[in-house]
Amino acid sequence: MLKINNLHASIDDKSILKGLNIEVKAGEVHAIMGPNGAGKSTLANIVAGKEEYEVTDGTIELNGEDISELAPEERAHNGVFLSFQYPVEIPGVSVTNFIKTAINETRKAKGLEDMPAKDMLKMIREKSELLEIDRKFLSRSLNEGFSGGEKKRNEIFQMAMLQPKLAILDETDSGLDIDALRIVANGVNKLKSKDNAVIVITHYQRLLEYIVPDFVHVLHDGKIVKTGDASLALELEAKGYDWIKKELV
Amino acid sequence: MDSVSVATTFKKTLGEKGIIFMPISEAIQEHPELVKKYLGTVVPTSDNFYAALNSAVFSDGSFCYIPKGVRCPMELSTYFRINEGGTGQFERTLVVADKGSYVSYLEGCTAPQRDENQLHAAVVELIALDDAEIKYSTVQNWFPGDANGKGGVFNFVTKRALCETNAKVSWTQVETGSAVTWKYPSCILKGNNSVGEFYSIAVTNHYQQADTGTKMIHLGKNTKSTIISKGISAGKSQNSYRGLVQVNARAENARNFSQCDSLLMGNECGAHTFPYIEAKNKTAQIEHEATTSKIGEDQLFYCNQRGIDTEKAIALIVNGFSKEVLNKLPMEFAVEAQKLLEISLEGSVG
Repeated sequence: MLKINNLHASIDDKSILKGLNIEVKAGEVHAIMGPNGAGKSTLANIVAGKEEYEVTDGTIELNGEDISELAPEERAHNGVFLSFQYPVEIPGVSVTNFIKTAINETRKAKGLEDMPAKDMLKMIREKSELLEIDRKFLSRSLNEGFSGGEKKRNEIFQMAMLQPKLAILDETDSGLDIDALRIVANGVNKLKSKDNAVIVITHYQRLLEYIVPDFVHVLHDGKIVKTGDASLALELEAKGYDWIKKELV
Repeated sequence: MDSVSVATTFKKTLGEKGIIFMPISEAIQEHPELVKKYLGTVVPTSDNFYAALNSAVFSDGSFCYIPKGVRCPMELSTYFRINEGGTGQFERTLVVADKGSYVSYLEGCTAPQRDENQLHAAVVELIALDDAEIKYSTVQNWFPGDANGKGGVFNFVTKRALCETNAKVSWTQVETGSAVTWKYPSCILKGNNSVGEFYSIAVTNHYQQADTGTKMIHLGKNTKSTIISKGISAGKSQNSYRGLVQVNARAENARNFSQCDSLLMGNECGAHTFPYIEAKNKTAQIEHEATTSKIGEDQLFYCNQRGIDTEKAIALIVNGFSKEVLNKLPMEFAVEAQKLLEISLEGSVG
């Protein structure tokens, strides 16, 4: 599904990714862990297509197609979803209106007509129940005045509505209490299938107890330096990132 | 001089109800007593330079009279178009709603693109007698000048309403055009229990400048005014809200609510708010809220990532911002206004 080859990227002339390689196949869950500043969010944003970053070398392939020249909305139409670490507020635009527009724009890009209102309503009801989101929430302005947990649940609600092929969760667990964590993880797990893939970016092992990864990668100094299975996360938790740094020397 | 007022209406239906709606030049011939009685009573010639200019040279405009107790069954609309280059456009509009009557009036203004500037100095007088209501909606799209600020219409308009006892006047405007705008649709709340409302969206882009707002003058008892002003600035434009809420000494129990919101697009434009409050009566309750926000790149990227391209994202955000005012427009205008907003902001971010 996603194949990244020797990716080098910088922002404001500062080099952040220095030859990153990763391959994610359909049906898999990958976790990317690493210390602060390693480049985890950078990677997420670059795959999503944020223009501030400059790709200086390497390729990003989605289902065999190089997407590095595609605009972010085009990547979204191809099934890329990023759950933001800090979801931004959009006053005046309700949650419902936003997700309706997102769904219909994607359909338009594929030559389809708008989703019929009845189906849209049904889907909204289903997915908001899945994420235990109160209906009153849906008429509020997007992310305005939402708590950290509410913002993250809203992100996964959008993921549930958009049904992406590749979902990247950028530190979705940060700022969540135990209950919110459970709800979010449950939501993600319900959306997993053999046709889509999830990349979970996190500092902590905790989320990975709920969303069990097939592969765990450690990102350090702009590269993936170690890959293992779920047990690697436990080892990291026990030994800390310094252990990885020492291993590399 | 060039004022062609094209009235679109069903003359027969109006005639049956005794509603008079015709170009003011005709009204002066056919109903001189009525026109004489009310013309210049709300905006006298001495009011300001542009009003004086208009009073001296006005060529045409509309006259509308709704008889006692009559509810005008349809929206009355006129459409002004400036055709000649380098000219002044001087309309004079007078709407009189007699006791207990109701009328909703739409004014649409456009001008084709020209290099030199054109002047639009109109005067609109509204008179709502006891228990009457006038809704006056404007969608203005005068040529704003090109991307380098060359050309464009100078829009200096004096609009004022007089409300008698229990009367109500609402001004709703969507202003997207003209190079320089200077207008303050106002209400004189003379009668007891009278109500004045002002709903406005003003968009400025490129080098446009807008200084617009309202004056609500509370004279009678238990008067109420509502002001909702939305300013959207883009490009290198300057958008100012200038409003006055004046409560006179004898105006008992006056109530006002004002909300001024500014939306900035990009880093080179400006939004300014100048609210003036003069309360000379202790029982007055005046509330003012103001917000300023910016369409940031983060918001656009968020929309992009959800499959919404930048143009659509801006339209979505601007629409959410302007909804409250757009909802006040009669339906046919609201849809047109929404599209106009999108078009006037095209290419403003990027």
